[in-house]
Amino acid sequence: MATTATAGAPRTSRTDRTRPRLLVAGRFAVLLVGAFLALVPFYSMVIGALQEERDTTLLGMLPLPSNLTLENFAGVNDSIDLVQSLLNSLIMTAGVVGCTLVLGLMVGYALSVLSFRGQGLVFALVLLVQAIPFQLLMVPLYVMVVRYFGLADSYLGMILPFAVNSVAVLIFRQYFLQIPRDVFDAARIDGAGELRILVSVAVPLVRPAILTAMLVTFIGPWNEFLWPFLVTKDATMQPLAVSLANFSQANSTFQENPMGAVLAGACVLAVPAVVLFLLFQRHFTSANLGSAVKG
Amino acid sequence: MTTLRDASPRSPVRATGGRGPHRGGPQRPRGRRLQRWLGEHPLGALLSAPYTAFVVVVFLVPFGFGVWMSVHDFFFTAPGVQVPHPFVGLENFQQVLADPAVRQAFRNLLVFLVVNVPLTVVLGLLLSTGLDAVARWKGFFRVAYYVPYVTASVATLAAWIFLFSGNGVVNQLLGGLAPDPTWLANQGLIMPLIAVYVTWKNLGFYVLLYLAGLQNVPRELHEAAEMDGAGAWRRFRSVTLPGLRPVTSLVVLLSIITTGQIFTEPYLLTGGGPNGASMTPALLMYQKGIQQGQPDVAAAIGMILVIAVMVVSLVSRRLTERKG
Repeated sequence: MATTATAGAPRTSRTDRTRPRLLVAGRFAVLLVGAFLALVPFYSMVIGALQEERDTTLLGMLPLPSNLTLENFAGVNDSIDLVQSLLNSLIMTAGVVGCTLVLGLMVGYALSVLSFRGQGLVFALVLLVQAIPFQLLMVPLYVMVVRYFGLADSYLGMILPFAVNSVAVLIFRQYFLQIPRDVFDAARIDGAGELRILVSVAVPLVRPAILTAMLVTFIGPWNEFLWPFLVTKDATMQPLAVSLANFSQANSTFQENPMGAVLAGACVLAVPAVVLFLLFQRHFTSANLGSAVKG
Repeated sequence: MTTLRDASPRSPVRATGGRGPHRGGPQRPRGRRLQRWLGEHPLGALLSAPYTAFVVVVFLVPFGFGVWMSVHDFFFTAPGVQVPHPFVGLENFQQVLADPAVRQAFRNLLVFLVVNVPLTVVLGLLLSTGLDAVARWKGFFRVAYYVPYVTASVATLAAWIFLFSGNGVVNQLLGGLAPDPTWLANQGLIMPLIAVYVTWKNLGFYVLLYLAGLQNVPRELHEAAEMDGAGAWRRFRSVTLPGLRPVTSLVVLLSIITTGQIFTEPYLLTGGGPNGASMTPALLMYQKGIQQGQPDVAAAIGMILVIAVMVVSLVSRRLTERKG
């Protein structure tokens, strides 16, 4: 699983010498335009959140000192309790990440190191889950969780459909498979039980996989809108993505600068995921993300 | 689907024999037979049990429940009230297929696909081949393209509304060329705009997939083509593009699956309007199934949607694997 950055480097130096300069410059320009277009909405999110009065002129896209304010953050906080919403997002996300780590490591270990009856079936389930589209499950799952289980407006109800991320299970299995068999055999000879081998030998050896799985798992529930939107009607239970969406749909008109207040909320929602990504971006390689795909 | 096929190069079931003696040593015949039936490590079944239970409760049961619902007369009742849900055959499906709103929602997805898939493939190829060859700022470009993918739709859509609203930045930039009615209120432009938004949001992920695919294109082929006097464009067409065909096939497949799930974008941008021009099946399922209390009808829409997505996927697979 070579990262793309290292594998691409030698090829570059070769082509730079042989290809005309014009092509190199053109390629760089295309990449720059792409990066510009990818980042403009983020820039406008921040600028719009800082504007005292909404200003959509081109000049307004510059940070003009006369029009800068933090009032919008206070404004959105008046309508939706930002701290409570962030806490709800955090609890939902932590629940998903926690369940994925504990249950995912267990099943990943069972699928790669142990051998037992029904193993093939369990592995088939891991793959099948990725092929079942959520829209088919949306309504029946809503009926079950809200009507039959009575889990509306509860953290458990929000977490349940995402509890174990199957991509993380595949990542764990992949890493466990790379540990030499001798390590496990040696531990068994030393008299360690299978459970102890899992906790004290196998898990410490796949620490990089745990970080990767946490990052891959974090993004989903933190950004998720549809499911928590369906199961939470109580505003004090809503994650930030849901309360911000409701705010932008209805309540923002009471604000002095409604757009600014919504964008301020958007910044608060975006920052944790973006910061985590920037800190750990090396782990977001296609090899990891596509482990379900690449095998 | 592709994920199923590609993800299992190694068999998960390891051969039970040839791995040393069983832990317990010699046992009574019945115990050994039980052990043989359970496999070498019965603990594995125990460790897999929570995950298996999760899949059954969250995926298999709702799946069956949804299929059952779509052919029965199902409606919400007060808690604890028992009412019969008679079997109605394909009545729900007939009702759904005759509904002009449903047909429009599916037509809208078609418009989405026509804009989104070619845009995703072309831009993905363009940026990934550029990124693969560029020497400077590689890390910056990678991060820039990927940031939209890790950011919540609710947050990025707010920024897009800021940019594309009536007197927004884009229309200020366009001046007299600004569309009338404006983007979000324009029946002809709203679905293409949503398609462009989704392309923008997911492109970074597809660029990474393409970058990984580029590592698998043999460099010898490039060198051989260069020896034969092939120019950059010719090499791209005859070496890179065929080498990336499996990735393209996957990118198209994933785009089609994403298309079926479009919900947040029309919900937040337009609520499905104007005049149903941005209504999607998923949003319709929410309105009919949960807001209007017809979960059986919503389940039927869901079934049709999944079948439609599967058919389009199969067709695209035929096309992308034959091409070139």
